[in-house]
Amino acid sequence: MSFLAKYIGQKVKRTEDPRLIQGIGHYVDDIKLADTLHVAFLRSPHAHALITSINVDAAKSAPGVVAVYTGADIAGKVGLIPCAAAAPDMKKPDYPALALGKVAYVGQPVAAVVAANKYQARDAVDLIEVDYDPLDVVTDIEAAARPDSPVIHEELGTNVAWLYQAGSGDIDAAFAQADKVVSLKLVHQRLIPTAMEPRGVLAQYFPGEQQLNVWSSTQIPHLLRTTLAAMLNVPENRLRVVAPEVGGGFGSKLNVYAEEALLGWITMQLGRSVKWIETRRENMMATIHGRGQTGTVEVAVKNDGTLLGLRYNVIYDLGAYLQLLTPAIPTLTGLMLSGCYKIPAIQLNCTQVYTNKMATDAYRGAGRPEATYLIERVLNRVAEELGMDPVELRRKNFPKPDEFPFATAAGLVYDSGDYEKALNKALEIVDYKKLREEQAAARAQGKLVGIGVSTYVEICAVGPSVMLPCGGWDSATVRVEPSGKVTVLTGVSPHGQGEETAFAQIVGDLLGIDMNDVLVVHGDTDRVQYGIGTFGSRGLAIGGTAVAVATGKIAAKAKQLAAHMLQTDENSLTFENGKFVGAPDDKSMTFQEVAFHAHQAHNIPPDFEPGLVASYFFEPKNCTFPFGTHICVAEVDKDTGDVKILRYVAVDDCGKQINPLLVAGQVHGGIAQGMAQALYEEAVYDENGQLLTGELMDYAFPKAHQLPSFELDHTVTETNVNPLGAKGVGEAGTIGSTPAVANAVIDALAPLGVKHVDLPLRPEKLWRLIKA
Amino acid sequence: MKISLSINGQKQEADVEPRLLLVHYLRDLAGLTGTHIGCETSICGACTVMMDGKAVKSCAVLAVQASGAEITTIEGLAANGQLHPVQEGFWECHGLQCGYCTPGMIMSACGLLKENPNPTEEQIRHGLEGNLCRCTGYQHIVDSVKYAANKMAASAARAD
Repeated sequence: MSFLAKYIGQKVKRTEDPRLIQGIGHYVDDIKLADTLHVAFLRSPHAHALITSINVDAAKSAPGVVAVYTGADIAGKVGLIPCAAAAPDMKKPDYPALALGKVAYVGQPVAAVVAANKYQARDAVDLIEVDYDPLDVVTDIEAAARPDSPVIHEELGTNVAWLYQAGSGDIDAAFAQADKVVSLKLVHQRLIPTAMEPRGVLAQYFPGEQQLNVWSSTQIPHLLRTTLAAMLNVPENRLRVVAPEVGGGFGSKLNVYAEEALLGWITMQLGRSVKWIETRRENMMATIHGRGQTGTVEVAVKNDGTLLGLRYNVIYDLGAYLQLLTPAIPTLTGLMLSGCYKIPAIQLNCTQVYTNKMATDAYRGAGRPEATYLIERVLNRVAEELGMDPVELRRKNFPKPDEFPFATAAGLVYDSGDYEKALNKALEIVDYKKLREEQAAARAQGKLVGIGVSTYVEICAVGPSVMLPCGGWDSATVRVEPSGKVTVLTGVSPHGQGEETAFAQIVGDLLGIDMNDVLVVHGDTDRVQYGIGTFGSRGLAIGGTAVAVATGKIAAKAKQLAAHMLQTDENSLTFENGKFVGAPDDKSMTFQEVAFHAHQAHNIPPDFEPGLVASYFFEPKNCTFPFGTHICVAEVDKDTGDVKILRYVAVDDCGKQINPLLVAGQVHGGIAQGMAQALYEEAVYDENGQLLTGELMDYAFPKAHQLPSFELDHTVTETNVNPLGAKGVGEAGTIGSTPAVANAVIDALAPLGVKHVDLPLRPEKLWRLIKA
Repeated sequence: MKISLSINGQKQEADVEPRLLLVHYLRDLAGLTGTHIGCETSICGACTVMMDGKAVKSCAVLAVQASGAEITTIEGLAANGQLHPVQEGFWECHGLQCGYCTPGMIMSACGLLKENPNPTEEQIRHGLEGNLCRCTGYQHIVDSVKYAANKMAASAARAD
């Protein structure tokens, strides 16, 4: 795609920021409607129990209370919470928006109280009396899969929801021909996404117009509208969903939650607007969690380091019920099991089980961090067993740049890549040879210093549409106003990514206009044509492409009118710096002049449609596959087990960068979350299914002084999957960093004979190993 | 209980429940929604405001405790249409993504720079440990605070 690069590729400051740094943007809780009632939820304190009775009388007569609803009140009126990713042969329990007869995880909504203000609503929640008859609790995922386990959903007869096999190639032959088989059991601990803005819903109903408005802190306003319309039996064209300013998502708001449906239903019952804002405790126990796999990876390898086959047997922790995409997450792990290596035979055997915990679902990376972590860990074990340098083992198994598009035995075709280039760049930045010498010297002094390398590839911008239950396309409308100002309506729904800026850069350059004349509108189903949303690092590669193509249509139409008005042939005109030039007598027209005349329509060609609007729905033909190398140098304190990151270098390749400032921000934040998984974070349930890490006091979300500065660099390998050449970068940092940090810390402990430690690598765990 | 306080230079009086949190007073009664709530347990720092010149978490202060105090919220930071240097730093250095922690982070940074006008990176990281950010990995926030410190030092030098 050719364009004037005044903005594209530049570190452009964000257009979103002025409102946000002055505190004058509007998140859900900042939107105030007159006479709004407030909703608070009573949630289950038990992980598994029968509800034998509920008495709401005292709550109903408490000050300010307008209504109290239980599962019986909404049964048959509010649809079940949907899962879009369950295979037809999957065992799937009903998931009502308010518990009916039993609860299966701590935090499950049991009753809703509606009151004049949030203090009164919360007070009244405490007045509801529920009798629970506790049942045996299942928290351990391996135990859950055993036949003697208590069964959570009796109607299913088992906790095993689904057995799933994937991959291709002759896996038995691979292992038969191997010189060595290396296996490693790993735990991918549960994580809590913890967006800084908790979820929140505001709902309003106009009975005369039969119009329901729902504001929600969501990543998917259109998909939410379609789903809520079905759950509430409201015509989709009379339901408006707005995702206003959204304070982070990381996948946790890529979902359809009970509260969204309930608030929509309650406002229709009461004829008053209603608001619910999630508390942090609710957020930690009743918004989706991430990861949650325990598996064993086995690798068949030749003595020279050639990889022959990989098998991954895994049990996946679904939680108690299925949320929107829960069962799909380990299928993404399966698709990425080849990593950035040539592995002729791959097999995934996945057992999905129910446990008495919150559902897992898509959390930044969504299945790919699990794949990268297990491959990058086991490759280090292979390197140790073969006495090879872990870098050389990786290099040996990379597909070469001329082997792309590269088909893997896991079932994907990687678009483009030059893995060795990124690796070499990272090695050069850290001076790998010297670094290993320094490590040897440090070890000689008794220091526990380790070097961790992770080479990764990931999958972004998933498409074509058949790959996703909701479709993989996205949309844009570019609308030029008579003044020449441009309004972009995008189907993606950014919540921190900066796409208002990135899309304005694209339109600014393609039309040669000031990017400040471009307004990017998103997240409102009444203003924007249907779209899919923002997740899976798809916003720019798919949504941005739709914007670029629609803008190209605008430029073509404007040129047609300019040629007519300048009485010249279109082919003699060129569009430069926002002007059509090349007409006889040096006559020219600005883009703004053309926009005016397109609307005035006094002098248009006979076949010319007045106005200047174009839409494009971009259907990608393949996914994109960004990649890179991360290198971490870490030291473990012998006395305390504390890990200090001495250096962190990331060389990422996300294809063409539209705004390197935004790319750096995404990579930083991604590395931080992946590093947090390696070192700090874990959602801990006790054997009774109580969430012990249910507040920010207990969940080890990293603070500023617990993270280092990162050194970033990049390579650029463009993709031909979309005309922008952009691959996506939202999750790369998270995917690359966890194994780099783990490999560094475990390498540091290698002199003690440590072969593997499960995450998170907290000081106490390491101290015990050091003292053992 | 009757309280009177000054918010962003404007005197206010109100009759509030004794248990009302300052952050709820600011957001729900004073209509200043720039101060955000991320936990209500004084961990995340999203609700940080200046109270009598000190950065405080307004979810850990009762509105009645703020009676007689001078409060500055994020809305009161820019003066005469000019961004505060810390706000400018966050814009220049891409110190925010989703923006939810940002008002609290900016107010904490203001408190930090008041006590230590020329902090090192380590001092910035420790100074902001009461404020959580999930998006940035903190590096650009550190850059933003450094930018503000330099800018404030330069304008102080000009004033001398």
